[in-house]
Amino acid sequence: MMQTTVDEALVKVSGVDKIFKRGSEVIHVLGGLDLEIPTGEFLALMGPSGSGKSTLLNLVGGLDRPSEGSVEVGGHRIDRLPGRKLAAWRARHVGLVFQFYNLMPVLTAQKNVELPLLLTSLSRAERKKRAALALDIVGLTHRAGHYPRQLSGGEQQRTGIARAIVTDPTLLLCDEPTGDLDRKAGDEVLELLQALNREQGKTIIMVTHDQHAAERASRTLYLNKGQLSTEPVD
Amino acid sequence: MFNWFSQILAVTRFSLRSLPQRKGSSAAAMFGITGVVAVMVGVLSIAQGVLRTMQNSAVDENAIVLRSGAETEMMSVLSGDDTRIIAEASGIARNDLGALASPEMFVVINLPMRTTGTDANVPLRGIERQAMDVRDRFQLTQGRMFEWGINEVIVGVGANNQYSGLEVGSSIPVGQEQWPVVGIFEAGGGLAESEIWVDSAVLKPAFRRGNFYQSVFVKLNSPDSFEDFKDSLTSDPRLNVKPMREAAYYDSQSTTLYNMITGLGTLIAVIMGLGAIFGALNTMYTAVSSRTREIATLRALGFSSGPVIISVITESLLLAFFGGLIGAGLAWLAFDGFRTATLSWSSFSAITFAFDVNMRLLAQGIFFAMVIGLVGGLFPAIRAARQPIAHALREQ
Repeated sequence: MMQTTVDEALVKVSGVDKIFKRGSEVIHVLGGLDLEIPTGEFLALMGPSGSGKSTLLNLVGGLDRPSEGSVEVGGHRIDRLPGRKLAAWRARHVGLVFQFYNLMPVLTAQKNVELPLLLTSLSRAERKKRAALALDIVGLTHRAGHYPRQLSGGEQQRTGIARAIVTDPTLLLCDEPTGDLDRKAGDEVLELLQALNREQGKTIIMVTHDQHAAERASRTLYLNKGQLSTEPVD
Repeated sequence: MFNWFSQILAVTRFSLRSLPQRKGSSAAAMFGITGVVAVMVGVLSIAQGVLRTMQNSAVDENAIVLRSGAETEMMSVLSGDDTRIIAEASGIARNDLGALASPEMFVVINLPMRTTGTDANVPLRGIERQAMDVRDRFQLTQGRMFEWGINEVIVGVGANNQYSGLEVGSSIPVGQEQWPVVGIFEAGGGLAESEIWVDSAVLKPAFRRGNFYQSVFVKLNSPDSFEDFKDSLTSDPRLNVKPMREAAYYDSQSTTLYNMITGLGTLIAVIMGLGAIFGALNTMYTAVSSRTREIATLRALGFSSGPVIISVITESLLLAFFGGLIGAGLAWLAFDGFRTATLSWSSFSAITFAFDVNMRLLAQGIFFAMVIGLVGGLFPAIRAARQPIAHALREQ
């Protein structure tokens, strides 16, 4: 577990710039951005396409590095960690939920959920037990032996969430988790995320386009042209 | 470290399990490598076959004597007196007929190949009675031995397979005459099986030769007697000869041909191999490309780049291994033991031999396939590991 208290900010983004280069063109995605997220918060990040929502999520999750500034999670400067240590840090502390689920098509739901546990020293029996527990939390025990192609979109996303929580991470990062689902399946996923936040104290950052989804979060921030605000962008 | 290995195992396992989704391109790369290995092993088995024929010709306790300066029997001339002096040298084994020394004539006649009908230079060897005792692996397999002093010939089994008109009962043209074939012989798979043998006493007048020979083959008391034998010949002022162990002689005879075929085979293999490398590269780039999001997901979950690289290379190596194995197997089925003839550049006569697809060659072929697989997998693997995760996660 990361060393934080409830009052302390779990995530601290300070003065972050992110620049992408496309040929000779330089694109400023984030400019001098500051953000603090306390432990146990369910934050929704909204904003138009290309506003930098996913970029910010990737920086907090250690999937990308800032061009300037610092990203601290649980008191660690993750932007300074070398590649292998950063990968190990992600495996221990971050659960990722993707818009298109990103499940391995050749693995069953159970095996997909077990995947992050392969990076631990847990025994096979213990891995199986924990994966079963995660699938139980998302209500998919009966689908454990099914392959992703045999699951509905909602079930695939719930499998993705089970995979994200199986290592008991402090931070859950969800990139458009309902973006590929119909309203009913989306609601089920959002209820699950709310429950994880409320009952298990998971800190969640969710990127979404959907105001309805954002309403499930405890706080919503809007990102536009690389800047954060508490008010929606016109 | 354990964790790292378990990562490799896990990533490689589902990389391989997803192979059926890419069976078309994987099969194309694999069979490309199959073709390269089959051709490479096939061509190099020619060189191995020639080498084995030459090695089978040599007996440890046998030696050959040529005129000094001559590299081959074709270039050598020894008088009848020379051969008598050579037979008296120390170290030569003896039997009831005397010293086991065989003065021999070596000429070339034209006979048509069975396969093409074109003429080839076939060695015709004139021998004396001790020849069969010097070559103790000589064995008649059909017909009978020729009568001494009569125009009859016996034919090596290799020559019989390769040239027309050498069956027992047929006859061969020698000068203005037809000499009947009365027997077929084997000689332990050696070079003699490419030859036709006749009594040198009848061969000399037919070719208007005086009392001259090309070589003397001797059987020594033991392999260790060679130095003694050599010293007695080279120190004799009446002689100007070059004694050699049979093994050294046949080795020198096969070097040019062996090097030429091996060089050609390697060149073909390298050129085809380059093509196969591009095939493997293409396949593995496609594999990596089709798995971009999958690989990025694994890395996002915390799998490090090393296992990703190793899994891509492993897939490529496995495809190459099976491609190589099939290629080596096909070469073995198609070529091993296939008999043919080629021109010996040293004697300008044809030698018959069997393609020899041996274990060493099979291993070489599979190793070459693995090199193709390694190079073909390395660059796509590095690309897979270097792709920015955030970007790759959004790939469809």
